[in-house]
Amino acid sequence: MTLHIDMQVTAGEFRLSVTETLPMDGCTAVFGPSGAGKSTLLRGLAGFQFATGRIQCEETVWLDSSRGTDMPSHTRRLGYVFQQGQLFPHLNVEGNLRYAQRRASAAASMQWDRVVKALELDAMLARKVQTLSGGERQRVALGRALLSAPRLLLLDEPLSALDNQRKAEILPFLERAKDEFRLPMLYVSHSLDEVTRLADRVLVLAGGEVKALGETVAILERLDVQSLTGTFEAGAIVTATVFGHDQTRLLTSLRFGDAVITMPLLLHISPGQSVRLRIRSRDVAIALQRPEGISIRNVVAARILDVVSDPASPYSEVLLETGSEHLRARITRAAAEDLDLNPGLRVYALIKSVALGKPDI
Amino acid sequence: MGLMGDLSTAIVLTAKLAGVTTLVLLVMATPLAWWLARSKRWFKPFVEAVTALPLVLPPTVLGFYLLLLFSPDSTLGGAWVDFTGSTLTFSFIGLVFASVLYSLPFMVQPLQTAFEAVDEELLNAASSLGASPFDAFVTVACPLALRGFLSACILTFAHTVGEFGVVLMVGGSLPGETRVISIVLYEYVETLRFDEAHDLALLLVVFSFVVLSTVYLLNRRLRFRIA
Repeated sequence: MTLHIDMQVTAGEFRLSVTETLPMDGCTAVFGPSGAGKSTLLRGLAGFQFATGRIQCEETVWLDSSRGTDMPSHTRRLGYVFQQGQLFPHLNVEGNLRYAQRRASAAASMQWDRVVKALELDAMLARKVQTLSGGERQRVALGRALLSAPRLLLLDEPLSALDNQRKAEILPFLERAKDEFRLPMLYVSHSLDEVTRLADRVLVLAGGEVKALGETVAILERLDVQSLTGTFEAGAIVTATVFGHDQTRLLTSLRFGDAVITMPLLLHISPGQSVRLRIRSRDVAIALQRPEGISIRNVVAARILDVVSDPASPYSEVLLETGSEHLRARITRAAAEDLDLNPGLRVYALIKSVALGKPDI
Repeated sequence: MGLMGDLSTAIVLTAKLAGVTTLVLLVMATPLAWWLARSKRWFKPFVEAVTALPLVLPPTVLGFYLLLLFSPDSTLGGAWVDFTGSTLTFSFIGLVFASVLYSLPFMVQPLQTAFEAVDEELLNAASSLGASPFDAFVTVACPLALRGFLSACILTFAHTVGEFGVVLMVGGSLPGETRVISIVLYEYVETLRFDEAHDLALLLVVFSFVVLSTVYLLNRRLRFRIA
């Protein structure tokens, strides 16, 4: 079961050209800098934007310009979650949800209870959509899309209009929707945090072209992809196992590769469970000896795999290996040269901060 | 029939003419306004110009062409006589035809403005939920343009009440058939019955003021809701 895309969109000076086959399961993140064409790709798939080429979703041909086929959006059976929710202002929350339910097949309309329960919409059914907070609005938008019983869910930066706290509130609902309804999802985002937590695979888009497609962990480690995503947010993803909570110091210890690190208490994860951690390059420094008298507590022995320097940038990217896991560090090019960092060298990675990624089951 | 009887017949006739015209235009102008609000075709400005013509043309120009069109010697007028046995000129139906043309911009323009304010993304949202374009128009665009519909209907009704030149040309002054209040007022003045003219003119001023106030109040509430 696949989504076959061979699509071109021209909008003024901008041209998007994507030829790719995506599996119709799990969450595929569409990732890239702004102006890369991420939303254009989704709008083309949805039929909101004029596109040429060929799109085939499972056995249904949505678009085939060579044969003049262009299925209208409302027959493509896709769910779309917009940046701003786009709830109908003349209907209340329940009205918005029923709007979708009434137009879905009879079997799909049985989903009502499941959706309302999973997204905890019960208490807000009678509310006007104008009174919803940004996070609540996106929850209703997600529920409405699920109730239309789509076979593919397209999410266009559904969290970008929210502040960090609201994002943190709604991410668990997105995860739950993904696990509970097992819908294939295409998730547009320029936030590595969201991608790390939700995506099974990542399609990297820049300048209207696909730069990479692969498993989330592998993609987010690749140096060439990092340079596209902007060094500010670049980082690595490691899988770590929780082995203990320190209730007095409010810290959780985790093991990955040969290393043990601590991070602020994660009480909802029990010892023995695995989590994905994202460690940003700019939060990793490198020392040749294990440093003494320093406030950074997460010091990990590692081996350098690669050093990438760009003469146009003051920074170098260093790819490190510890056990089977990889780390990335962003240091100045001057430091890399002075310390004579080369592949094979054994160093210590100093990790300033760690973020929680998608839970592994 | 007494003087008051004459006037009340004219008032009833005017209300009937304005009501029928509003209903006909509601049906005809809604698809046109929707097309004008959404279309990006090159010839759209020309369609807009034709729609707005009755705003700037002297009513006598419209009346003149309608007289030619309604004449039993013309294709339409002739067919009408063959079909119904009566002429379009100097008849109520003829007045409805004329009023529909004359008041067209008053229905189309508020509707077009209201439709243009409907966010395209809401229509995309509706189609992603399985709504056909017609479904989305009825269930999303029309409810959101509700105030536009109210303004358009009120303005059309009032403008038809104020019609004079076209009526005079194609309708004449047949009591109960084409003799609307603006004609009655004209005849009062012609026959120097200034007391009655005063009363009727004042009535029309008050009516128009109430109508326009209603429209502006509606628009103000609309702006508040958007803000």
